[in-house]
Amino acid sequence: MAVNDGMSVQRVKPFWPPLVAGVALGLVLLLTFVLTGHGLGATGATTRATAWLGLAVAPAATQSNAYLGPMVEGGHPLSSWITWQVVGVAIGAVVAAFMGGRFRVQLDGERSVGAPRRLLTALTGGMLAGFGARVSAGCTSGLGLSGAATLGVAAFVFLGLFFATGLIASRLVKGV
Amino acid sequence: MFPLNDAGMISGLVCGALFGFILENAGFGSPTKLTAQFQLRDWSVFKVMFTAIVVSAIGLYALKALGLMQADAVFVPTALLMASAVGGALVGAGFAVGGYCPGTSVVGLFSGRLDALVFLVGLLLGTVAFAGLYGPAIEAVMALGEVQAGDTVTDAYGVPELAVLGILVAALVAVFYAGSWFERRSAGPVTSEQAVAGASSES
Repeated sequence: MAVNDGMSVQRVKPFWPPLVAGVALGLVLLLTFVLTGHGLGATGATTRATAWLGLAVAPAATQSNAYLGPMVEGGHPLSSWITWQVVGVAIGAVVAAFMGGRFRVQLDGERSVGAPRRLLTALTGGMLAGFGARVSAGCTSGLGLSGAATLGVAAFVFLGLFFATGLIASRLVKGV
Repeated sequence: MFPLNDAGMISGLVCGALFGFILENAGFGSPTKLTAQFQLRDWSVFKVMFTAIVVSAIGLYALKALGLMQADAVFVPTALLMASAVGGALVGAGFAVGGYCPGTSVVGLFSGRLDALVFLVGLLLGTVAFAGLYGPAIEAVMALGEVQAGDTVTDAYGVPELAVLGILVAALVAVFYAGSWFERRSAGPVTSEQAVAGASSES
């Protein structure tokens, strides 16, 4: 099925060259270190969201859980710098997408692998990443990117295995 | 003297908004573009990440050398080799299968992608699974291979900081050369039009 070009009022602007995006990202990461003493992240917020939802759905099980319990003890689990940072990511992304004429509601991957398979790969991929990021106490942003900027050993090990496994897995499974 | 150790709402929103703005402009809200890295067709993920790491690492080094930044006040992840390796492998597999990593799934959702919302639901379920299994056994595995000497490459293995930065710069140049070579031999980087149209069966 072809994309309806007649519907798009605004021209789709090209992406930034990788060097430009990389320098900009490096400077924002540096600014984050200067302001806060730590880098950028993502799963810190999704973990807190899990604790918060857990408290709403199954309060007793969440409070007694060895991992989520301590998170819901000291005040609201979402009350944290990383939550605001992820809210910021959402705002920055939606602004950039609209400015670039790139906002489009879609199930990406529907045309390539079909909707049922795409829903399954997105859910499975998210579960693998969610579990993995708790094992390593950080994801591609929080551990890989931010940790590597501080020359942390853990970050380079994470990135090496991240890329190696990704290369193999993308040959075995067509996710998108 | 930096860091300011600001943990407030404003710095979170500002740093996050800049982060999200850049990621979307780099094309990292698109699972087609993100997974094209693992097909070696589009090297934007490696190029952007390596550039950002080098710029930020050199910036941190310079600020410390100038006495503007407290050396031990910057957070460095603990050098847990097993936990980092297992976590890296699982997040890499999740990226290849699901089309996103945790941060880029937020960018995907806020550029209109409903599959990114499904990925985010998966993230929460994966966290629930981890919390359910969490206990002495998983803690013992995660503690394997901790480097006792220190957390940075310099502290752990005695490589001078400037040498590490030099290796990173050399790796960055290599990534750009190798990446551009692969991109010329394949369909080439995913354009914004292709990304907005969504993944297609022929690519």
